[in-house]
Amino acid sequence: MPKDGDIKSGIGASSKRREDVRFLTGNGNYTDDINIRGQAYVFFLRSDVAHGTLNSVDTSAASAMPGVVQIFTGADFEAVGGIPCGWEVTDKHGQPMQEPKHPVLAHGKVRHVGEPIAAVVADSLEQARDAAEAIEVDISELPAVINMKDAFKEGATKVHDDLTSNLCYDWGFVEENKGAVEEAFKNAHHVTTLDLVNNRLVANPMEPRVAIGDYARSDEQHTLYTTSQNPHVIRLLMGAFVLGIPEHKLRVVAPDVGGGFGTKIFHYQEEAFCTFAAKACNRPVKWTSSRSEAFMSDAHGRDHVTTIQLALDKDNNFTALRTDTLANMGAYLSTFASSVPTWLHGTLMAGNYKTPLIYVNVKAMFTNTVPVDAYRGAGRPEATYQIERVIDMAARELGADPVALRRQNYVTEFPYATPVAVEYDTGDYHSTMDKLEEIGDFSGFEARRKESEAKGKWRGLGINNYIEACGIAPSNLVGQLGARAGLYDAATVRVNATGSISVMVGAHSHGQGHETAFPQVVADMIGIDESQIDIVHGDTSKIPFGMGTYGSRSLAVCGSAMVRATEKIIAKAKKIAAHLLEASDTDIELKDGMFSVAGTDKSVAWGDVTLAAYVPHNYPLEDIEPGLEETAFYDPSNFTYPAGAYACEVEVDPDTGKVTIERFAAADDFGNVINPMIVSGQVHGGIAQGVGQALLEGCSYDQESGQLLTGSYMDYAMPRADDLPFYSVDHSCQTPCTHNPLGVKGCGEAGAIGSPPSVVNAVIDALHSGGKKVAHIDMPLTPDRVWNAINNA
Amino acid sequence: MAQVTMTVNGKAASGTVEGRTLLSSFLRETLDLTGTHVGCDTSQCGACVVHVDGVAVKSCTMLAAEADGADVATIEGQAAPDGTLNTIQQAFQDHHGLQCGFCTPGMVMTTAALLKDNPKPSEQEIRVHLEGNICRCTGYHNIIKAIYAASGQDVAALGAD
Repeated sequence: MPKDGDIKSGIGASSKRREDVRFLTGNGNYTDDINIRGQAYVFFLRSDVAHGTLNSVDTSAASAMPGVVQIFTGADFEAVGGIPCGWEVTDKHGQPMQEPKHPVLAHGKVRHVGEPIAAVVADSLEQARDAAEAIEVDISELPAVINMKDAFKEGATKVHDDLTSNLCYDWGFVEENKGAVEEAFKNAHHVTTLDLVNNRLVANPMEPRVAIGDYARSDEQHTLYTTSQNPHVIRLLMGAFVLGIPEHKLRVVAPDVGGGFGTKIFHYQEEAFCTFAAKACNRPVKWTSSRSEAFMSDAHGRDHVTTIQLALDKDNNFTALRTDTLANMGAYLSTFASSVPTWLHGTLMAGNYKTPLIYVNVKAMFTNTVPVDAYRGAGRPEATYQIERVIDMAARELGADPVALRRQNYVTEFPYATPVAVEYDTGDYHSTMDKLEEIGDFSGFEARRKESEAKGKWRGLGINNYIEACGIAPSNLVGQLGARAGLYDAATVRVNATGSISVMVGAHSHGQGHETAFPQVVADMIGIDESQIDIVHGDTSKIPFGMGTYGSRSLAVCGSAMVRATEKIIAKAKKIAAHLLEASDTDIELKDGMFSVAGTDKSVAWGDVTLAAYVPHNYPLEDIEPGLEETAFYDPSNFTYPAGAYACEVEVDPDTGKVTIERFAAADDFGNVINPMIVSGQVHGGIAQGVGQALLEGCSYDQESGQLLTGSYMDYAMPRADDLPFYSVDHSCQTPCTHNPLGVKGCGEAGAIGSPPSVVNAVIDALHSGGKKVAHIDMPLTPDRVWNAINNA
Repeated sequence: MAQVTMTVNGKAASGTVEGRTLLSSFLRETLDLTGTHVGCDTSQCGACVVHVDGVAVKSCTMLAAEADGADVATIEGQAAPDGTLNTIQQAFQDHHGLQCGFCTPGMVMTTAALLKDNPKPSEQEIRVHLEGNICRCTGYHNIIKAIYAASGQDVAALGAD
């Protein structure tokens, strides 16, 4: 593939983003920008205790407050379904996971700080908030279960009284390998053991969640405007499982969405509430989350506690890997929560290496905390962090070079069937590591280390590989694994009479630049200008049933559907052209927007063919229908496997424990690249989130009371501009995906998956260069933790 | 309730507000200028930055009543009347300095204030100046480049790809 700048349009061009113009001028249309005539506002009264019996909710005084339309409590939602979980995990004994009901409003008990207890609908937000203060809630507080190890103990307080314990499931993978793995550990020449924590994070898209319910009695149509990454998924889950609204009576619109990072995949109570209340109150009902509410109601991410062991033979070949993980589900199962520590994590435990035997155990725990679900990377960052930290530790224990140890164990032949049930179709891990050594200037590191030493700082270099499974997913495979939905996507290509094109896609763009990148593909296929093509997304009344954007799937899955639909368009257009040119359609060639008869100078332009399709005066009506619009659904035959190598260089101030990132390099293999500028931007943002996890971010609960200690930007450390360096990113190593028509793999999560281990590896390296034999520090590597590690070493 | 009158993007604007109404709410709800965004409730994120009498202000931290009589500039007034982007806006598009766009109005307004006071900021000065503006999408890499370019300096000097 050519590098940036060599291609001016179509596939491979760094086309400037067309969506930027509305965002830069204040003309975006985010959900909170929508106001519907006559709308009321809802304020949710949320639990301020982590765990308690809800004795009563007295709304009588509040109901008499000015402007109050109606107040709802859990009792109003007894007749509707709970918020569903979309993935049933089967435990190692073949039993289904424990699945508690997740009510729209708390009923009987409250189970985490922030759980909605009552909802006040009023003429203004201020009136709703004032009235909520007048609601009298009587809660008998119960002991809170916050720490997963405590939750697992015999006799622990139960988060859900109707479940047998706080254990959601005990998952073993691959259970049949367990004996062989144990045998391999007995025979190992060296075993490295590492206990680590993958810290709990809050996704924090800059746009807080918003939901507006609207209902038209005239035709019994519900409309939900919501900040979602996947409007069709919300329509399906909320319509079918919660409120019982058939799809043809429910429209879900997700307009411009200000970032998602996973936490806007899920169906939330507030969406169901606003949809329900709009009908009950016969008024549109709007909810806008404050940031404080977001911290205690958006699904959190990560939160694993793991022991990982790596076995090596006398020649430093990896012979086996095993892990034990406690994974926090929070108080309820969010939409994809159960799949994250299992199928999105265990299947990646081979990493980039040919370790022949792997066993993964995951115990998922209920606790009195906000539900935990997918956050950028979802399971794959947790897998990568474990593998790449334990390899680094093994290299240090064995005195091996960390790059050489990795290279020695790379998978090099493809396709490669891992011992954890996935098959990598293609890759070239040596090539990304070669590129990393170059852009990371490894050869200059020792000189830089000495420069730092001269300033009284310790410098470290940390590297890691990563691999991820993206483009979720083959529906038949995920169905076998417990998914309660298909995971194809869909696109409709509507060619208009004068040749312009609207492409309706199931994917949703909330920062990824689909409105620019998707037209580049269609423009290339037809040979017309990108400006002739627009993408329509985010409205179930306009787009075909696609599953939305997450898991770096948009281009690999929805983009493939778009290619298939465009191929159908071209095939039909060739028939029309053949008629107009009085030739056989098998002789028609399409190039640069012109249809021509092979070997002749006869041709007809794209616009003449499209016009003929809609003004079929001279048209083969006996053979083909008029019009030019095609839909394709695409269900991938495998995941895609982006992979790469990352390097981080840090300086540690030994006096304060402060870590600064001095250099960061990322060499990724994303297969083919449609818009290099956008791809680089995705990697930058992912790295920033990964560095945030490694150095700054950590969601914290008081272990006794269950109070959320990091409930705002005053106490949850978001990465700022002066926390981060420029990044050297490269995606010129390209082994195209072998099974989708574009050869693309996906790039949205790589940065967040690939960066945390290299940051931590770099800090450990820096401490060793300062003579401190520190084996491990848990993320986030705050000055406090690093200083303590230095001074206790 | 109080009557407030101010100039917003060069035009007279007025409305009736509660004492507790924030300037951000007045702009968004009363004037329908929804380009000013609210991303937090603790004055940290900077998505709501506007200019009040020429000074960058977090409009979620100022009461509408406090802006009575003021000259307010918002993101909606930055491009030319024919829609042509101003230098800062154009630099953000040229350098891919935005993704989801939610923090962008605040970034543009903060940049305008920075360049007024410091027309040729260094990389480090830009990074420090953005302390009060959080972006979750870009990792700031391209925002720094965009601001540097908007100041008329050669981005090649930054040594960033």
